Amino acid sequence: MAKRSAPEINAGSMADIAFLLLIFFLVTTTIDKDKGLIRQLPPPIDENAPPPPKIKDKNLFIVLVNRNNDLLVEGDRMELKNLKQAAIDFLDNGGAPQGGDIKYCDYCKGERNPRSSDNPDKAIISLTSDRLTDYDMYVAVQNELGAAYNTLRNRESERLFGWKYTEKAASLTQISSDAQKERIKEQLKQVRELFPFILTEAEAKQN
Amino acid sequence: MSKFKKKGGGELPPISTASLPDIVFMLLFFFMVATVLRKNDLKVDNILPPANQTEKLDKTKTVYIYIGKPKAEFKGGRGTEANIQIGDKFVNITELKGAIFEEINKLRDELRSKVVVALKVDKGANTGIVNDVKKELREANLPKIIYITTQSESLK
Repeated sequence: MAKRSAPEINAGSMADIAFLLLIFFLVTTTIDKDKGLIRQLPPPIDENAPPPPKIKDKNLFIVLVNRNNDLLVEGDRMELKNLKQAAIDFLDNGGAPQGGDIKYCDYCKGERNPRSSDNPDKAIISLTSDRLTDYDMYVAVQNELGAAYNTLRNRESERLFGWKYTEKAASLTQISSDAQKERIKEQLKQVRELFPFILTEAEAKQN
Repeated sequence: MSKFKKKGGGELPPISTASLPDIVFMLLFFFMVATVLRKNDLKVDNILPPANQTEKLDKTKTVYIYIGKPKAEFKGGRGTEANIQIGDKFVNITELKGAIFEEINKLRDELRSKVVVALKVDKGANTGIVNDVKKELREANLPKIIYITTQSESLK
């Protein structure tokens, strides 16, 4: 009997099988793309906590959004596109005089209006929304307020370290060396402390 | 006799396709690594609002809350107002804490203390229901939240 070599298996359909698997994974998976506005909620209400200290009116920046999605800032109607600049002016004001009881803000570049906020770490933004406010309006307001802080933090980080706060914070995960990461985290924190994000939220009372 | 006569036949050898499966497998593995399995079936409308001051979210320590109007096939049982969905099911505001902790328990142990709650809220929803959810989260001591948005440079 003549020896017969085993016939070669045709691998041409291998590609088809792999394509089938590939398409299955393409359909059933999502690419990681979630982005958003990170916010911190206040701690749970403690019954025994002492009453909060009185906040001076001038250190409060009151933003109201009503059910028709109109914006009321410090008692005046305002367009959404002007909100960021108004918030920057308020935060960056630095109205406390030099040598006074309240720390003087030496990095502020605002108007130093004595009737606006004393110092960025005293300045509080209060956001009140109605139950019937549209969520996209609410997010737009949050976005603009975040933009005001980011603009000021970018300015300070460029002055101190020569890079933009937002860009450095976004690229933090790509830094592999732990020591460098810690150092940048420390610097980011330093910038954050110059303009701490203080936002209180409330819901409008129903009447 | 020509000096430049071609050797052998003039036919081109067929291009080998033997490496094609390898290439496709490479693509396959890329997609398997770069993506995650879709976990939840959405039962509510979920068109996210735009924002441009966004930060990236670390998915490993996240639980999701979806808020929006129920999709057409669930309208009968859940009405037409915005509803809350956690995991695969609708929850009422009173059941929210239980459902959230159920989801948190699915995470890895070491991540449970730094969990981030991601709010995926339809842009047509009202802030009222979002405020209710935030109040519950505050009571449940889950202070880190993120409003998931789409990225866009120009706002309305």
